[in-house]
Formats: sequence, C-alpha cells, structure tokens
Amino acid sequence: MKSILENVIDSAKMKGVDYADIRVVRRQSQEIEMKNGNVEVLTHDEELGFGIRVLFHGAWGFACSSKVNPREMEAVLKKALTIARASGKARNDEIHFHPAPAVVDRYQTPITLDPLGVSVETKLNLLQAAEGVLRKNGKVKISEAFMGSYKTEKTFASTEGSYIEQELMECGAGISATAIEGGEFQVRSYPNSFRGNFATRGYEWIEALALESHAERVSQEAEQLLSAKPCPSGTTTLILDSSQLALQIHESVGHPIELDRILGTEASYAGTSFLKPEMVGHFRYGSDKVNITADATFPGGLGTFGYDDEGIRAQRSPILSQGVLVSLLTSRETAHHLHRESNGTMRADGWNRIPLIRMTNINLEPGEWTLEQMIADTDEGLFLTTNRSWSIDDKRINFQFGTEMGWEIRNGKLGAMVKNPTYTGITPHFWNSCDAVGNKDHWQMWGTPNCGKGEPGQVAHVGHGTAPARFRNVQVGVMKQG
Amino acid sequence: MIGREKALRLLKRVVHDSRADQAEALLLTEDSSLARFTGSAVHQHVAEKNGTLILRVVLGKRIAVVTTNDFRTSSLKDLLHEAIRLAKAQLPKEEFVSLPGPRPVPDVRTFSNSIRRLTPGVKVTMIRELGLLAHERGFRTSGAFSHGQVEVAIVNSLGVEAYQPYSDLFLHLVVDNGMNTGYASFVSRDTQSLQVERLANEAMEKASKIEPVQIEPDEYETILEPYAVSEFLSFLGTLGFHALAVQEGRSFLCDQFGKKIVDPRVTIYDDGLDPDGLQVPFDFEGVPKQKVTFFDAGVTREVTHDSFTAGKEGKLSTGHGLIAPNSEGPVPINLFMKEGKSSLSEMIQSTRKGIYVTRFHYTNVVEPMKAVITGMTRDGTFLIEDGEIKQPIKNLRFTESILKALSRVSAVSKERRVSSEGTVYSRRFITGTVTPAIKVDGFNFSGISSL
Repeated sequence: MKSILENVIDSAKMKGVDYADIRVVRRQSQEIEMKNGNVEVLTHDEELGFGIRVLFHGAWGFACSSKVNPREMEAVLKKALTIARASGKARNDEIHFHPAPAVVDRYQTPITLDPLGVSVETKLNLLQAAEGVLRKNGKVKISEAFMGSYKTEKTFASTEGSYIEQELMECGAGISATAIEGGEFQVRSYPNSFRGNFATRGYEWIEALALESHAERVSQEAEQLLSAKPCPSGTTTLILDSSQLALQIHESVGHPIELDRILGTEASYAGTSFLKPEMVGHFRYGSDKVNITADATFPGGLGTFGYDDEGIRAQRSPILSQGVLVSLLTSRETAHHLHRESNGTMRADGWNRIPLIRMTNINLEPGEWTLEQMIADTDEGLFLTTNRSWSIDDKRINFQFGTEMGWEIRNGKLGAMVKNPTYTGITPHFWNSCDAVGNKDHWQMWGTPNCGKGEPGQVAHVGHGTAPARFRNVQVGVMKQG
Repeated sequence: MIGREKALRLLKRVVHDSRADQAEALLLTEDSSLARFTGSAVHQHVAEKNGTLILRVVLGKRIAVVTTNDFRTSSLKDLLHEAIRLAKAQLPKEEFVSLPGPRPVPDVRTFSNSIRRLTPGVKVTMIRELGLLAHERGFRTSGAFSHGQVEVAIVNSLGVEAYQPYSDLFLHLVVDNGMNTGYASFVSRDTQSLQVERLANEAMEKASKIEPVQIEPDEYETILEPYAVSEFLSFLGTLGFHALAVQEGRSFLCDQFGKKIVDPRVTIYDDGLDPDGLQVPFDFEGVPKQKVTFFDAGVTREVTHDSFTAGKEGKLSTGHGLIAPNSEGPVPINLFMKEGKSSLSEMIQSTRKGIYVTRFHYTNVVEPMKAVITGMTRDGTFLIEDGEIKQPIKNLRFTESILKALSRVSAVSKERRVSSEGTVYSRRFITGTVTPAIKVDGFNFSGISSL
C-alpha cells in the first residue's frame, strides 16, 4: 500500500499542487439491536475507499472512490484537481495552510478484547439477559438493548512526507425501557439514552457496564415516571447529572468553539457561533468554577485518536480556564486567526468525506464537591438526569433540553420524582451561573457517537468527561401543562 | 452508473449464491458532487463515487443483514458467508411472515440528462453569479449546491426485480447583510426550473435592512412558510404516521382512527407517484408506492406499511420499506399537505398581531405521544401588525404540539412548494416534502435568542 500511495502523492507533486493528501479507510462495524424479545438488527457492514484532497493555486478540491487501485487513484486525483481549478474562480482571501513536519508513525487503540472478535452468540446472550429483565415489568411496552462494535483502519499520506497508519477500535452498549399508558410515554435508559455509552475501548468495557444488573431499576423507574408529578415551571437551582451535562457541554461549548463554524463555513446549514476569534483571551464564558479542555489523548474517550486527518498529533488544550475563553478548536487552515498552530481537531467521517473541525473529548475538569454535598447545600431546586431531547439556535445562544427524569430538591434533600423535565437558558448566562462542580470521584467519560455537521453530512464520534454540576437561576418546566 | 442490466445481473448472482431460504439484495450507487460557499467564495468542493450492496438473508425466521462496497468476487463470497453465519446465530423473529413477492412497478421518469451539464466549472459560475447579485444589494451569500446520479436496484428470491435511476440537485442559500439573514432553497430532479436570480431575490426579500427587535415570547397568531410546515410533516411521519409506531403503541394516532383530530383544512398524505413531488416508484423492498392518506379533511385515516408490519396484520405493504435493517418502521418519505384557498398576502392581511416564520432550526421532540417539538426560528422572522409585516424580530424558540397547531389552522395557501433538507448522512437519496404555507391561530413561542 505504501508505494501505491507514495506514487499518487508524487503524481500530485508533479502536477504542481500546493499540498495534497490521500486517506485510505476501511471500516467494519457490527450492530445488534434487541427490541421486545426480538433481535431487530443484526448487521455486519464493511466499507473501503479512499479520498484525495488537493490545495491547488490557493483553492481546495476533493474527490473519492470506493475502487482502491492505482488507476482509480490517478483518475480521482485528476478529478480533485479539476474541482480545485474550478473553485479557484470563486475565492476571496488567500488560504493560509500552515505547514506541518513530516510524521511517520502508527497508532492503535489500546484494548484487551477485540469487540469484533467476540462471538455473536456471546453478545446476544448478554443483551438477551438484560432485555429480558426489562420485559418482566408489565408497564414496559418497548424494551430495547443495543451493542455496537466498530473498527476503523486508516492510512494517511501527504506531500509533506507524512505516512500515518491508525487502527481505532470503539464499542458501546445500552438498554432502555419505555412505559406507555393512557397517552403517557416515559423512557428510562442505562448507562445513557440513545443506545448507551460508547468508548475507544475493548469488549472488557462492555462487560463492565453490567447491563443486566441495572435492568430492573431502569424498568421500575420508567413505570414510576408514568405517575410522577409534572416538572414544575419557574426559575430555580439546577443540578445536572454528568450524562446530561455531557450533552450540555457538547451543544453549548463544544460546537460554539469550532473555529470553522465561527468563520462562517456552516452558516447555511448547522449555523455559526456567537463567538469571534478576537474574544479569545478575555471573554468570560463561565464562572471561575468552569475549566474545560479539549483532550484527544484521554484514554478511552470516544474522541481519542493518534493523529487528526491533517497529520497533526492528538493534543490536550485548555479551552476555558477559570471561565475565561483561552482557545478554540482549530485546523491548519484556520489556526492563524488566533496566531497559533493547529490543535489537531480535523476529522473526516470516512474515506468519502473531507476533514472538518470536530470536537475531540471536550471535558469539564473536576471540581471539589461530592454530589451529596451539592444536594445538601441546595435549599430548593431540581436534580435532572439522562438526556431526552435537545435543541439550540444557529448561533448557539438559546438552548433547551429535556431529560428522562428528575427529582425535586427541598431543604437539602431529594424529594418527589418529576416527569418530562425541561430547562432552557442562554449559553454564557448559564455557564456563569455555575457555582459547584463535582469532584473526580463523580467524574465520568461519556461518548457521543452521533455528532452531526457538514454537507454532505458527517457523523463524528466525540467524548465528554464531566462530573455533576450546579447552576443557579435556571428556567425550568418550559412546557405549558394541559 | 452501472446500468439496469449489470446491476440486476450482479444482484441475481448474489441472491442465487446465498443459499438462504429467502434473500434480498439491494444495490445503491452514487456519483455526486457538492460545493459549499460562504462570503460568496467556494470553501469546500467535493465529489464522490460509491456503490453499496446490502444483503438480507432469511433462514426460517432468522434474519441477518450484511453490507459492503467491495464487489470483488472474493469479497462477495466472504459477504455471503458472513450473512449465513450471522443468521444461524440469530434468534427467530416469530412475527416475520415473508419478504415481499413481485408486483408491477409503475413506469416513472426520475432521471434527467440535464444534470450532467453541471460540471464543477458550471456550478462555480452559478455560485459566483449568486454572489454578485447579492453583493450589489449589500449581502454576503452562504450555501451548498449539489447534484447527483443515484441508482437503486433490488432483487429478491421471490421474484422481485426492480431498477430505477435518479438524478437530483439542490441549492440552499442564506444571505446576510450583517443585521439580518434570509433563506431560499431549490430542489429538483433536473436543471430546467433552476433560476439563480429568482432564488437570490427570494432570500434577499427575507433579510430586512432594519435592526431586528426583541418581542416577548407568548402565544401568537403565526404564519408558517412551506419550509417550516415541511418540518412538521417530517416529525409526524417519524413519530406516528407509520404502522410500526401504531403496533408498538407509541404513535399519536393510536385509538384515533376515524376521529377528527386536526382542522378540516388539513389533509396530509404520502404519494411517491405524485409528479408535484420528487417521484419514487418503489420502496427499498421493491414494492410499488401507494398513496396513503393520514389526515383526510382533519380525520385520521391510515398509516404506511412495509412487508414486516403488513405481514403482521395480514395486509399488503403500501411500499414504504426503508433500507434494511430498519427498526424505526416504514417512515413515509414523500409527504404532501393539500393546498388551501388563501394567498399568503390574504393570510398576512387578516392578522392583527402575529409572527411570520420562514423556517425552523434544530427542531427536536419533547413529548412524542403529543407530537410536542421545540426549535428555533431562523433566516426571516417578522412581526405582523394590523395586516402588514412590520419589522424583523430576533429569533424565537417555540415549544408546541404539532397536532395542537394543526387543529388551530385558520388558513392554508393555494401555492405549495417542494422542499428538502437535501443533506445526507450516509447514502444519498434525495426526497422532497410538498407543503403550503399555513396560518395558525395561537402558536406557543417559549423563548428568545438574545445575549
């Protein structure tokens, strides 16, 4: 493979490109989905292809194909150049593509048990046992269990002399119970909603989730929610569990700090951001309790890798330091807006997509509180857990979230369960209202395997490490009752 | 493009070699290109060629699905082996009856050679033209311009054989004058009706040169453009318009058939053969598309089926099977809302104080059984006072039941448009939703976007 890719790169150089890279990507995935006693989905997917990106006379071109052979690579290179020549007729500013040193390296996700090597029968047994417990509850009308195993092998070569091979392994699993009665629809999940939790880890991690041992509690909570009181409306103190806070970080910090979005490249689709490059270094995004890092090196994070798809090594960068915006997610083309070099966040969703700035693991660093202390220190409020819905505007200012369940907090103690909890806020106001962050004992990494961005659409796998945190004066109970 | 003969020959060979009790092979090919622009400059321009084969095998009632884009003989042999291995490990799905048998597929033209004229150079020239038109009036443009050729071929062991080539193009445009933004989009199977100037003008009309004001969130009379209405239909389609949602008891239509649950002005249906939309003659199981009416003058009538949900009820599929494996159900993808008798100007003139919405952003479900969704307005939100559009307003958040909104419809426009998000996360298959504008007497806005 190496000589084939080097030939294509040599050919690109001879054609006079400013820069070119080629990525050959093979992806394998296996997904199993159980629902109401049936295995609804049992699939094995394989795909292979390559993409060539060229910067030619100051304009980008990209083309790709599923036929991986030297002849097709030459044809695709030619197509990418044709596209770049055409695009050069509609450009504004000169592209500042920061050079990078040549890297020759190999990275592999450290795992113990290959999730794709574990037998289907073993996986089915694990899911069947957990899903069977959910179904024992008569109020549960939809019981689901999911497991996914994913392997990505990619080889990157560039005109700068880089040649990087990576083998990334991911897996995830989860269960959910949906109770339905008289027009009431309530769902509870473990370890997280929307199929579970995901990580760059081996099958040993799925076994440690112990799905079956949580199934009875999950089904009971779904049933209890049917008769729980509605979430009250008003302004109150909010404590979010770490899984919900992970999505809060994702939507209201992770996306707004993407520098390509800030510069307008998502303006007609995913939207822009309320941030500007010149706000870096002084804008108070949150309270001094809020420290957020972008860490592509964290072991097991779903946004953990060796190198990004521009050949830049994975990094750990502070983003919010004691609440102040100190950096953004950048690429080799955009980092000059901050007078810096790329912090290595360009990733593509497979061989047939170009790299975009994507979140890595965007983590809220742990504070000093235990969850128990946080609740005991709260006179009145709500404790909400597990995401159910999310929405945020095209500048990432106004957000609204719903969670699967919540509890009232009265005089420092958890009180009644509430159903259909919702809360809404304005991004910097919300983060500035944070007055307590949980400690490292409560801190956990959550994988978000469905982060959408770009046209054609791309789905990124990203991570968020968080502990529970407390926010003051938050508007809750958005739905009008009745 | 592989072509009918070669595609069907490949699939027949795979089905024949599968040695399963029943087998179905689906081939999807794509040859597409997309250019994105912002500040009137092209910043991303990509092209893709791919083909994917999806094989579903059935051993008794044990079903497995395997997918590949590698069609070399050795790879296909491995694929067949893996499919049988998975199916043998699978649990039987007792409610499964059968894959569908062959039925005549309507002859519909869904491919236009005109699409081939859209070379990278031609598209960039049109993007520049858009930029110049906008620049003359003080706007910057952003958007995406894409076209593609797609083939869908299906063969199953019961005799289904179907092939259809599709062409498509879409152009989304946002204009920005530093104070407000406006939006317009176009989707079609050919280039004939693409008018760049008209699209630019439509978007620029939505971006006022007046500073937007902030209004208090509340319940307002609201006029929703077809773009916004199409989102309502998409959510209804996913949440409740299909048989699996009803069979699982999670549809808002459960126990509502024959009852009037929305305003009599509201008729919503799915029709893959209606030439006003983007036609699709058969589904991903090779079953011909049937028209299915969900709300007929406000009354709940029927839902869509694929072969699984139909078999469970002893019915025939309505031609709404999606790509296997599909645990979401036979979600309709060719949705229509029937036109009304009003003009947009009559709707505005009849509004004392209300909101005009061009489109929504980042909508999501809050309460599925009540079809409550939330989202933001975007790219053209205005205050209407005393029968006139008064001024632009800052974007608002809404949290509302779609069913409740449709029960409060007081006017439906004569004009309809086909709209499509046009974005694809994995396999390209562009469909459109055909909707009028509607006026809702009482729509709940719950928040505002302002720092």
